[in-house]
Amino acid sequence: MNLLNAITIGLKEIWAHKFRSLLTMLGIILGVSSLVAMSALVQGMENGMKEALIAVGGVEKIRIDPEDIPAEQRHLEDQAVGCTIHDVYALQRSAPLIKLVTPEMRGMGYMPVTRAGKQVEWASVIGTWSSALEMNEHIVEHGRMFNALDDENAWNVCVIGTGIRDQLFGSPEEVGREIVPIGESISIKGQPFRVIGMFQHYESEQERKERELAKSQPKHEQTGPARRRGWGGRTRGGFVFGWKNNTVYMPLNTMWVKFRQGGSGTNTVADPRLSALYVKVADVELMEPALQQARNVLMHTHKGIEDFEFETQESWAEQITTSIRDARMSGGMIAAISLLVGGIGIMNIMLASITERIREIGIRKAIGATYGDVFIQILVESVVIALLGGLAGLLASFGLVQLLGALSPTENTPVITVAAMAVAFTFSAAVGVLAGLVPAFKAARLHPIQALRYE
Amino acid sequence: MALVELRNVSKVYHLGGEEIRALDDVSLDIEGGEFISIIGPSGSGKSTLMHILGCLDSPTGGTIQLDGTAIHDASSRELAAIRNRKIGFVFQFFNLLPKLNVLQNVELPMVYSGLLAGERRQRAMRALQLVEMENRAKHRPMQLSGGQQQRAAIARALVNDPKIIFADEPTGNLDSHTGEVILELFRKLSQEGRTIALVTHDPEIAAVTPRRIEIRDGKISKTVDSKLAGLDRMPTATRATPNAN
Repeated sequence: MNLLNAITIGLKEIWAHKFRSLLTMLGIILGVSSLVAMSALVQGMENGMKEALIAVGGVEKIRIDPEDIPAEQRHLEDQAVGCTIHDVYALQRSAPLIKLVTPEMRGMGYMPVTRAGKQVEWASVIGTWSSALEMNEHIVEHGRMFNALDDENAWNVCVIGTGIRDQLFGSPEEVGREIVPIGESISIKGQPFRVIGMFQHYESEQERKERELAKSQPKHEQTGPARRRGWGGRTRGGFVFGWKNNTVYMPLNTMWVKFRQGGSGTNTVADPRLSALYVKVADVELMEPALQQARNVLMHTHKGIEDFEFETQESWAEQITTSIRDARMSGGMIAAISLLVGGIGIMNIMLASITERIREIGIRKAIGATYGDVFIQILVESVVIALLGGLAGLLASFGLVQLLGALSPTENTPVITVAAMAVAFTFSAAVGVLAGLVPAFKAARLHPIQALRYE
Repeated sequence: MALVELRNVSKVYHLGGEEIRALDDVSLDIEGGEFISIIGPSGSGKSTLMHILGCLDSPTGGTIQLDGTAIHDASSRELAAIRNRKIGFVFQFFNLLPKLNVLQNVELPMVYSGLLAGERRQRAMRALQLVEMENRAKHRPMQLSGGQQQRAAIARALVNDPKIIFADEPTGNLDSHTGEVILELFRKLSQEGRTIALVTHDPEIAAVTPRRIEIRDGKISKTVDSKLAGLDRMPTATRATPNAN
């Protein structure tokens, strides 16, 4: 008897007991769909956790901070130059494992950003190169980023985030339409700046969903005295997005020339030291050699004085990996148990089925079915039930995920992955085989005469 | 050499410490083309003899050759193959699978011998024509009368062109008229050259076969051979065949 025959017989047997087979499959359907849905939820969670990490530039971004000179090199203090633009050029030239280097310079002291009597509560005012866009995953939605000419001439131009726009010009929620302040003038520490570009609005998926939900619902009127409601509401799900929205970028030279003039007099030279510099490694797998390469270059430009340190996002990434693994583990455990219960259900029904078919097995054996023929027939039947249940479970998982999405609309969207579906389907097949082994063995071992005489 | 050769075959059961000799030192030859009946009261060992001859059971002693193959020490896999290719069974309770239609039931032995669907269908239809059941091919066993079911079962026994057909009380579950029709069918098959062994407790049924073997207490107690007695040369009317028209 070939496999095709066995499958046909199995399908006929299942069709002959439709309701019973459906109930049996239900265990597998639940197991498979919960496995897929669980994995989809965790995937959504992972995406949500990773979006903030990606928004700050991902794990491949490394910050190089100026650091105090170590105690044993304290006597070389007057030789130390700190992090300068020369480090940037040196890294670009001599560190091939690093694909992008961006300098960052902040103003001295408090940098108030104002316009027509309105002041931004908190702004991150940074002088940098246009490569900061790629480094920090910024996208200029309106206007343009400053270019080499702006930098060369140290012009007073800036690119702002939507948070700055909201506070100086009004947010779309308050005004009712989106204001694009390109060409408008704002004041940074008393100096006039022209806004030449604005970033897109950054927000986490949860924030976006909450905002969209709020749009469709009647507006919640605030009662009582007028007040600010604090940061909590807007930045839940990641301060990263709020921080990115409150960015003001200006050319590096503008920052240097306009805000770094220390002291007074005509001959004073502006402080050329950078606040930080950022590098992106070409390959996260080669993080350590890349760091070593960068350190070698910097030790050279810093004359052997180690007045800098590296800061990576590895710990953040590891934390995400750990919590995702934990969530997978606990969810997978629950799904595995329900698959196991489904498997027990199949075994149970197969045992009942062979008991009521002892005579049939006797007849089959009398006309020439071997041990293997009977074994395969029962096993295939069990596997067919499990596979049909598995397929139905995959379909059901889409519905389940929709249901979960409807129940909590502001959570991260569950993402069904092909890998999760493949794993769940494979497991259902394995459960079918395991559940069928004992009944198949019992059936195949029946003595033909005793089976024929069975009433 | 005979088609079937039994030599000193015995079958011993142990039931609660007691030894039961279902078959005790039986020797028997069945020639190809023979129509033989094995007769005996219930508990005589005739069913045990048929099961051993039909490769459904193994003897505890003695040797059996079927068509030149020793089957007394064959593995269960070899026995299954012999049952499939060389033996056809007809049972008292027909033993058709209720979920399959007549054609599928008749095809079943060929499913296990690995024939392709097209040839299975062709041969099954030919076997059904032989028993005049070709117009009932799509019926389920439950939709047929007892006689029709038994004819379908005979078609199933014939379909792999076996060396020998064992019929275990084939008329036991039928009314006497239908039983006669079935016996007539067996006789026709015998005249076509098939080897048939009929197992029954009824001497009247056994009387249709030229040779009759009586089993009592696990031993062959009597052999009647109309050929040896010259009875086959007697006019038909005087033969001891009941209503064999």
